[in-house]
Amino acid sequence: MAELQLRDIRKSFGAYEVIKGVSMDIKAGEFMVFVGPSGCGKSTLLRLIAGLEEITSGTLSFDGRVVNHLVPSKRGIAMVFQSYALYPHMTVFENMAFGMQLAGKDKQRCRKRVEAAAEMLQLTPYLKRLPRQLSGGQRQRVAIGRAIVRDPTVFLFDEPLSNLDAALRVATRIEIARLHRSMHNTTMIYVTHDQVEAMTLADRICVLRDGRVEQIGTPLELYEHPNSTFVAGFIGSPKMNFLSETFAMPFDADTIGIRAEHLVIDQEGGLWVGNVVHSEMLGSDSYIHLDIGAAEPLIVREGGTSSHKPGETVRISPVAGQIHRFDAAGRSIGRTEMRGAA
Amino acid sequence: MTDLTVADPATALASRRHINSDLRAQRVRSAWVFLAPTLLVLALVAGWPLVRTIYFSLTNASLTNLAGAEFIGFDNYLTWITLKSGRTIYRGLLADPAWWNAVWNTLKFTLISVSVETVLGLVVALVLNAHFPGRGLVRAAILIPWAIPTIVSAKMWAWMLNDQFGILNDILLGLGLIGQKVAWTANPDTAMVAVLIVDVWKTTPFMALLILAGLQMVPGDIYEAAKIDGIHPVKVFWRLTLPLIRPALMVAVIFRMLDALRIFDLIYVLTPNNAQTKTMSVLARENLFDFDKFAYGAAASTMLFLIIAGITVLYMWFGRVNFEGER
Ligand SMILES: Nc1ncnc2c1ncn2[C@@H]1O[C@H](COP(=O)(O)OP(=O)(O)OP(=O)(O)O)[C@@H](O)[C@H]1O
Ligand SMILES: [Mg+2]
Repeated sequence: MAELQLRDIRKSFGAYEVIKGVSMDIKAGEFMVFVGPSGCGKSTLLRLIAGLEEITSGTLSFDGRVVNHLVPSKRGIAMVFQSYALYPHMTVFENMAFGMQLAGKDKQRCRKRVEAAAEMLQLTPYLKRLPRQLSGGQRQRVAIGRAIVRDPTVFLFDEPLSNLDAALRVATRIEIARLHRSMHNTTMIYVTHDQVEAMTLADRICVLRDGRVEQIGTPLELYEHPNSTFVAGFIGSPKMNFLSETFAMPFDADTIGIRAEHLVIDQEGGLWVGNVVHSEMLGSDSYIHLDIGAAEPLIVREGGTSSHKPGETVRISPVAGQIHRFDAAGRSIGRTEMRGAA
Repeated sequence: MTDLTVADPATALASRRHINSDLRAQRVRSAWVFLAPTLLVLALVAGWPLVRTIYFSLTNASLTNLAGAEFIGFDNYLTWITLKSGRTIYRGLLADPAWWNAVWNTLKFTLISVSVETVLGLVVALVLNAHFPGRGLVRAAILIPWAIPTIVSAKMWAWMLNDQFGILNDILLGLGLIGQKVAWTANPDTAMVAVLIVDVWKTTPFMALLILAGLQMVPGDIYEAAKIDGIHPVKVFWRLTLPLIRPALMVAVIFRMLDALRIFDLIYVLTPNNAQTKTMSVLARENLFDFDKFAYGAAASTMLFLIIAGITVLYMWFGRVNFEGER
């Protein structure tokens, strides 16, 4: 069990500040996901928590104890690297047992722990192989196994799935979710820039932007109540539609955002009219791209297979109460109904 | 008509195999074509002199009469006559104490110099692999001893080690470490040490650079994994770094060993005519050109070749070196 407290954490590389004052509490046993665009400092923040980088200022505490100057191995953490970071000259078994053996742990117990982890990750047949004799997915499982064997109180993942193909990514994602359930005492912090991973795995998501926390909340909170255009655009797929100027004015906002599923086709009384420029059929759903004269085409979801062909004129209306309003700085000013009917 | 379209599996397989072997034969052929120029050059510059040397070692050739050499079998290597008294007298290279002295000197020199250079080279490489300002400059600067021609550096060191005017004696006297001037290169007790010092000075950079190349191949992330695993830096060196640079290290050692086994120029300049430092190459040259025992020198050269080949094979066998960098 470990509860993490970050208080105004800052990190500079030379004169360049990468983490610009991050504060948050991570509850014991929670699955926290850091998301954000590339270069926003997710990995750096994770490495600060791991102790692989030194914190420039601010305090990091585990269960109320400040750990700023504690070496990684004393923090009770385990980390899974994006590149796996397996020891190339050691077998799978040795990779998992190495740290424990050198810590002078009892041989028998060590073997048991490794075997249990291997069993859980279906690695038993590969224990005698070298990393280069394994597939990418198997290597990633070894890296996870090595972390499990450490029996950490905080489990750190840095984009563990980004080197895997789509199918394997889904499978491993489910495995990680299962792992979290079976290690319910372990706090997990997971870095990704894939918002689907974030939505499916997280208890809470922390959206980072340019070294600062943009918003922290449960996946649904972020989805339904994004507090900025940045979060609104980042969470959810397809991306939220943003409209400004004449489209936003009737709603008393600088910008409004509407998700694709909150736009309905309404050929009689639609609020906006546009031409279909493109349509994507996914089988269960279709996404129609509609040019209504805004900066970008509006994406509209339609259940099943759409019958609207490119070039057709379609009228649409937003679902009542599902319009996100933002001010000029992109901050949320709540959702609302329209002031007056169009 | 119809049975034409149904391919007989047996013939299909046979014809495919035929195509395969054709392809392979063609590949082998083109491999030989590409290798031919190299093989030709090697045969000319390495094979031919080697064959000539071996041939001369089996004759009574002298420098002035190479053409009139007569075949005398293995007499240059070993021959014996039994006197009337019943005493047997052995002669030839293998019975020559000077030769065995040279073999011993060479092996001693090789073992000590390569060991010291490997350890020092490793230390230097580890330092150069760390991050510090001006690293590029230091990396370039450290190569200077290696870049100086051996003859030049040997002469330079000969002066520094000179008993009358050398700076080394001056410094050591000044520090009170020695009571009187030492003739480093002439004194039988210190001649080998002098040679070793100069060789280590000259060759450690080369070793360091080869090892540094190996170090740079080690992925950095495993050191972070080791940090999280809480592995002591000393253990990290022995259990991670060393096994991972082992292939590079083995290659570096074999290069150096081959060089050291046929050392000539440094000793020829620094300590000529000193029995304590006379190596196989020096002895061979002496016989070939100075003593007018050309055939005998050829025999020494041939033995030198065989010893180096033997040691190399043993080393590769025991070290399980293969040059793809894997065990
Ligand atoms: N060792 C370092 N020295 C200098 N700058 C660094 C260092 N490590 C990271 N940075 C900078 O810090 C910023 C954040 O890097 P970080 O690796 O945390 O990004 P990230 O959010 O993990 O991105 P990605 O999704 O691409 O992995 C980047 O601009 C990067 O250039
Ligand atoms: Mg990253």
